[in-house]
Amino acid sequence: MNGEELLHVMAQEQERARRFRHHLHVCTGTACQALNSESIAQALEVAAKAQGKQGEVSVKCVGCPGLCSLGPLVEVHSFVNGDHERSLYQFVRPEDASEIISHLDGEPVERLVTPLDQPFFTRQLKIVLENCGEIDPERIEDYIARGGYQALMKVLTEMTPSEVIDEITRSGLRGRGGAGFPTGLKWATVAKADPRRYPTYVPPGIQSQKFVICNGDEGDPGAFMDRSVMEGDPHRVLEGMIIAGYAVGANQGYIYVRAEYPLAVKRLRTAIRQAQRAGLLGNNIAGTAFSFNIDIRLGAGAFVCGEETALIASIEGGRGLPRPRPPYPAEYGLWGCPTLINNVETLANIAPIINKGASWFASIGTAKSKGTKVFALTGQVKNTGLIEVPMGITLREIVFDIGGGIPNGHKFKAVQTGGPSGGCIPEQYLDTPVDYESLTALGSIMGSGGLIVMDDSTDMVEVARFFMDFCMEESCGKCIPCRAGTAQIHHILTKFQTGRATERDLKLLEELCDVVKHASLCGLGQSAPNPVLSTLRYFRHEYEAKLRRDGAGYGYANGAAKERVTHS
Amino acid sequence: MSVVTLTINGQDVSARDDATVLQAAREAGIHIPVLCYLEGLSAVGACRLCLVEVAGVNRLLPACTTRVQEGMEVHTDTPRLQTYRRHIIELLFAERNHVCAVCVANGNCELQSLAIEVGMDHVRYDYVFPSLGMDLTHERFGLDHNRCILCTRCVRACDEIEGAHTLDVLGRGAKARIVTDLNMPWGESPTCTSCGKCAMACPTGAIFKQGSTVAEMVHHPEKLAFLKTARERREWRV
Amino acid sequence: MEKIKLATVWLGGCSGCHMSFLDLDEWLFDLAAAVEVVYSPIADLKHFPERVDVTLIEGAVANEEHLELVHTIRARSRLVVSFGDCAVTGNVTAMRNVIGNSAEAVLDRAYRELPTHNPRIPDEAGIVPPLLERVLPVHAVIPVDVFLPGCPPPAPRIRAVLQALIEGKTPEMIGREMLKFG
Repeated sequence: MNGEELLHVMAQEQERARRFRHHLHVCTGTACQALNSESIAQALEVAAKAQGKQGEVSVKCVGCPGLCSLGPLVEVHSFVNGDHERSLYQFVRPEDASEIISHLDGEPVERLVTPLDQPFFTRQLKIVLENCGEIDPERIEDYIARGGYQALMKVLTEMTPSEVIDEITRSGLRGRGGAGFPTGLKWATVAKADPRRYPTYVPPGIQSQKFVICNGDEGDPGAFMDRSVMEGDPHRVLEGMIIAGYAVGANQGYIYVRAEYPLAVKRLRTAIRQAQRAGLLGNNIAGTAFSFNIDIRLGAGAFVCGEETALIASIEGGRGLPRPRPPYPAEYGLWGCPTLINNVETLANIAPIINKGASWFASIGTAKSKGTKVFALTGQVKNTGLIEVPMGITLREIVFDIGGGIPNGHKFKAVQTGGPSGGCIPEQYLDTPVDYESLTALGSIMGSGGLIVMDDSTDMVEVARFFMDFCMEESCGKCIPCRAGTAQIHHILTKFQTGRATERDLKLLEELCDVVKHASLCGLGQSAPNPVLSTLRYFRHEYEAKLRRDGAGYGYANGAAKERVTHS
Repeated sequence: MSVVTLTINGQDVSARDDATVLQAAREAGIHIPVLCYLEGLSAVGACRLCLVEVAGVNRLLPACTTRVQEGMEVHTDTPRLQTYRRHIIELLFAERNHVCAVCVANGNCELQSLAIEVGMDHVRYDYVFPSLGMDLTHERFGLDHNRCILCTRCVRACDEIEGAHTLDVLGRGAKARIVTDLNMPWGESPTCTSCGKCAMACPTGAIFKQGSTVAEMVHHPEKLAFLKTARERREWRV
Repeated sequence: MEKIKLATVWLGGCSGCHMSFLDLDEWLFDLAAAVEVVYSPIADLKHFPERVDVTLIEGAVANEEHLELVHTIRARSRLVVSFGDCAVTGNVTAMRNVIGNSAEAVLDRAYRELPTHNPRIPDEAGIVPPLLERVLPVHAVIPVDVFLPGCPPPAPRIRAVLQALIEGKTPEMIGREMLKFG
């Protein structure tokens, strides 16, 4: 498919869409699918046919529109007399189908409708997720109809690789996997890297070259940003990867996605097949000299494989163990070759930047953090789900406007960003703008986008212990500070929770967190103490309140020890 | 190949530009403690004892995998590094059952020596006391998980020097274990050549010759580097 | 000058540290000139006295009697020395912790699983103090001032520590001669 054919498909699709007066979008993201949303789509089609409306109603299975707590969701777009009217139905069941269909030309079904003008929707800015909830992720035509693969076409026909890298650099895009490394700089490093500087060990059947890896090994508890993008808009990820391949001079890409995301894997596979058939992936893309292939590699669910060097080891077929950097993967990556690794969300930002220009992207966000960020909003907050907000928005706006505040009459206590690697931010910092530097200054991190809200019933020591339990279980065991250190931190926190901790334990805990943070090999260990350190910083009194103060500050003082003695 | 100059603890040192900080330090007679590093085997940077401070770098870097650079300013023994090293050794002692008094490697143990070096007079952490067991099925060697520190020197010796790759690691985190082949008893391993390189490489009493009693097991880690050098220089013709 | 009041205590250990102490041979005469032994397994004294200057604790804390005693020791001693590996690390005494997290599991192993004749746990009350669930090094129970490792600590090491303490100095626990475990 070349540029002309692409425009043809686009026009064809748009023409096809105009034939229907009503477009019903049924969410088939993992959360809604788990609530049987596919049978809702079927029921809607059956009802449309039964009411003789099959000619004017189009039912489409789409990706996640975001408000997961109200799912299954069905969004209705009606085009009547030139007007575009939208309504959103919540908690839809297959039994509701005929009622929804019969109300299409009148007022929406009142008992199911949820307002679209609520802040949850109005305060968001969708770039990465602009197609999620709008297109059928299993049809490449749907993606093309919304301008898909235009960026690729532009890049291949109008831009040199270095122009592409310049554009990404000027956009100010930073890695969305958590650390926030400037994407343009990373691309430039890979593009410049000499593949012969280090000895390679490429297996037979694979050409020694540069590689592009899409990191879809999303592992933070409660985080599902990348999953939603891969499920809801897989072609966007492919397009970003192909452009990246062109820019850095790679002809082979891998998407590393965890096997626990079967729907994402299925849709990516479908998307790869479709793109190959359309000539947008494979040899001589769009008739140009550029060739690029993408394969999927499944992760077996180890959190540490989200760390880039461990991920590479896993693709190579070894144990998912990180190795010391430098050399960075940009110079010494997959099978010893220069390798670009970007997160799903980073790659999903590429096509819009190429389409709309670097200065458009750079106009969104703050001085150092450009664009938007997708968050998975969970915890004790009214609206949970997937949101995309401009950088620089405050945590208060996210929690209270978009999130709708704290339910059940409780008060806000803290918000945790960055998953097990992040920290807990208390009320007094709620007006902090969300950007890489501000969150780091508060002892947390941007992270990949987990955002957990906690109310005043939350025990912060238990929160720290929960995350430490996770890190301890997920430590690969290679380096000592992380392997033995996380286990000891967890043990000390358990002593706090069972009334056995003393002043000495508190001191040891702080020292140990420092050791694990600075002496661990990879990001997992280096960030593992963050939940403890941030709760110690903002909620120290909760730790102190749990200290055992009898018996000269020692845990096995007279009274304490008696509890542990056998009387057989 | 060119030569770079750097300073280590204020001392001017020159080294080949492909040398690591550890190699440069050793050649200059500057001691940096190591545990997972063994000359003759690949470096993995896992034990974190050889972490050094490099001026202008805000992270600590493992000397065993960090290459020297012109003008580099390295510090190997700052109070902060000393503190971290002692913690790391204490963590190891608390993690498994290192009972020196009844260990085959007592007196010849790198972990024991490092405890002395870092000044560990006691362990501040609570001991974990895991129940681990031993594999005594091999006719010549034994594997005592209680003494294992997961440095993977045996795994690398088996793979890189002997080429058998009988040993590897099973599981992750604190549950990781050295295993033979697909976690079968060592004595039944069809790939083990009984060469004993793992026993040479082991820094503690985890891998030992059958029949050794307390303080009798003497490792010969230096033999591995000797073997490798001899092989690379083709000093032995067959 | 008033003599330094020295106590030595034998908790959960083999008494090897005390044997090593006796290996000080003729230096014991010098020691006797400087200290007064106010409590020791090698002296016939029933109660741990008040106002002790230095107490050497051999052995780990393994039963209720040890537990009570170490608290008494701490309350009545100016300086407490963990004397030997069992006191410092738990050592061989603590190897039973591997069997399980309870005294019950240890008694089971020793009296029910292993014996071939008449396997049963002795149940006569008041004969021996009940075991703690876990054996603990001394510093897990009370603050310890000096750690004197070794299994047993060699006599010269004991002498170096006592010599320093007699002179009112903090012993320098540095190097293989002073610090090697096992």
